[in-house]
Amino acid sequence: MKYPKNGRFGEFGGKYIPETLVPAVEELEENYLKFKDDKNFKKELNYYLTQYAGRPTPLYYAKNLSDSIGGAKIYLKREDLLHGGAHKINNTLGQALLAKKMNKKRIIAETGAGQHGVATAMACAVLGMNAEVYMGYKDTVRQKLNVFRMNLLGSKVHPVQSGSKTLKDAINEAIRDWITNIETTYYLLGSAVGPHPYPVMVRDFQSVIGEEIKKQMKKINNKTPDTVIACVGGGSNAIGTFYPLVDTNAEIIGVEAAGHGLKSKRHSATLSAGSKGVLHGMMTYLLQDSEGQITETHSISAGLDYPGVGPEHSYLKDTKRVKYHSATDNEVIDAFLLLTRTEGIIPALESAHAIAEAVKVARKSKKSESVVVTLSGRGDKDVEEVQNYLNRHVKN
Amino acid sequence: MSRIKEKFSELDAKNQKALIAYVMVGFPNKNATISVVRGLIKGGADIIELGFPFSDPLADGPVIQNASTVSLEKGAKISKFFSIVKKIREETDIPLVLMTYTNILYHRGYSKFIKDAKKAGIDGFILPDMSIEESKEYIQAAKGSADTIFLVSPNTNKIRISKIVKASSGFLYLVAVYGTTGVKTGVQNYTLKAIKDVKKQTKGKIPLGVGFGVSTAEDVKKYIKAGADAVIVGSAFLKIIEKTPQAKLETVIARFTKNLKNSTHL
Repeated sequence: MKYPKNGRFGEFGGKYIPETLVPAVEELEENYLKFKDDKNFKKELNYYLTQYAGRPTPLYYAKNLSDSIGGAKIYLKREDLLHGGAHKINNTLGQALLAKKMNKKRIIAETGAGQHGVATAMACAVLGMNAEVYMGYKDTVRQKLNVFRMNLLGSKVHPVQSGSKTLKDAINEAIRDWITNIETTYYLLGSAVGPHPYPVMVRDFQSVIGEEIKKQMKKINNKTPDTVIACVGGGSNAIGTFYPLVDTNAEIIGVEAAGHGLKSKRHSATLSAGSKGVLHGMMTYLLQDSEGQITETHSISAGLDYPGVGPEHSYLKDTKRVKYHSATDNEVIDAFLLLTRTEGIIPALESAHAIAEAVKVARKSKKSESVVVTLSGRGDKDVEEVQNYLNRHVKN
Repeated sequence: MSRIKEKFSELDAKNQKALIAYVMVGFPNKNATISVVRGLIKGGADIIELGFPFSDPLADGPVIQNASTVSLEKGAKISKFFSIVKKIREETDIPLVLMTYTNILYHRGYSKFIKDAKKAGIDGFILPDMSIEESKEYIQAAKGSADTIFLVSPNTNKIRISKIVKASSGFLYLVAVYGTTGVKTGVQNYTLKAIKDVKKQTKGKIPLGVGFGVSTAEDVKKYIKAGADAVIVGSAFLKIIEKTPQAKLETVIARFTKNLKNSTHL
């Protein structure tokens, strides 16, 4: 859906927000529409994307990985090679530039694993702005190096003690800050979630991933990929990968975090196991109980630990254009180790969900077929988590 | 005529303004809620807002967030909430408004939820994350049976205010400050100006209530003087509930309420 009318992707999306936010969200949409096709804005953004962030990223043929499975050719879209180590910088540069055009001096953001927080801190540092980042207390513990990175980059991190102390609570707290400082502050949301126009704006800034994949595959074999796979938490790298390919014949698969298994209640697989509802300004699939209270989620990767999902994914699920599968923590660790050992690439645990699915798909596919996986981030931040996991499981 | 409308015309006839009190149901337990409501009525509150907790109350400050968490931890359920409302309804005819978040209604289905709430004795709804753009189905479901109380903010423009006035029944809720509930900033000049501006559009159509951060008799006086038809006090009550032994709740709440109510008399 090109630019969703009334901010709705089918029945999903919309703007369910406190009235105080309405003028700010309208101002944002007005400015986004003004600048998104503006020649100078695009030129400036492109400058930072290429010279600062390192675009375009390679589409790497993972021959060793493919050979070890013995099926389709697996290609990795190397967003992990971007400055900061994840796809998040595509969006933060875009939005920070927009905030600058809007003369907003103060930037706030939420972060889960810390990747979006770091990418925001970087974009703000290079563009001469100040950022304050809300991060669930639990996440500040499991990703403490990212907290320090943000501090080094000149950003202030606010640990969030409310609710489940993870990403969803960080978003609540960022929204509360925004309501309080509505006139001075720009809220730089990191995923394709929230009230309109965030889901469409974040998608557009991330669509550079899918656009490049299209061009690069064309160069490689003059085709679009047979299958495209990305992991889905809020869903920003996935929607950026999928959106430019929705009109092609490619099979598209989003992979959610199945945690301890979909039946365990300890997972974050919103589209696979959720139901419709309203959270963080949008109508979308949610993990909730029988009374509409949002339930606590679990994933080995902090970046996927979210009980909602971008509204366009809900739409793509219901229209059946995209399939949404899931990978358990165990499958993710296996995929993490497999990629690390065959290719010498340490993937983020988020991205390892997509790798796990790619292995399943490639195994069933012909050698002539191609599977493109978005490697949304690098795994340096997760090494300790993996070490703990392996220690626990070796003992057992 | 709805209970809320009736209450305002009754006050109008007496040349009085309304005191609206908010309490989170089940905080810290069911019996406390009953005692608090008795105290509110004894003290002279005109309308009572009953909060039902939501896991993610993004318009609320620390006091109501904490009350929500406690209430949920104690096992808050919609059916229990309705049974408390019924119990209150047996004792009083005071207008009761349910304040919660959109997902709670949406999840059960707007029509079914509103029907069940109405049956228990609820007269209207306040949903701080329900914007008018998304409200069609909700308004349709409430039409003729319950009031839909929408919010405006000091930064809401004129055209939008008039749309929100049209969508609202019972009263219109002006958010006093830029911020979440319960944040003490004192009475701001921009709020007094907003009261005057919004009042131009509500006069003769719908009463105007002012809430968020209203906690003292002084605040109440200033807002009423500026033209508010009602003031809404919430977090200040919860703070009293937090530190008062249950046996004294009714008396302490009644005393505080009376002081606030007296401040509505110009």
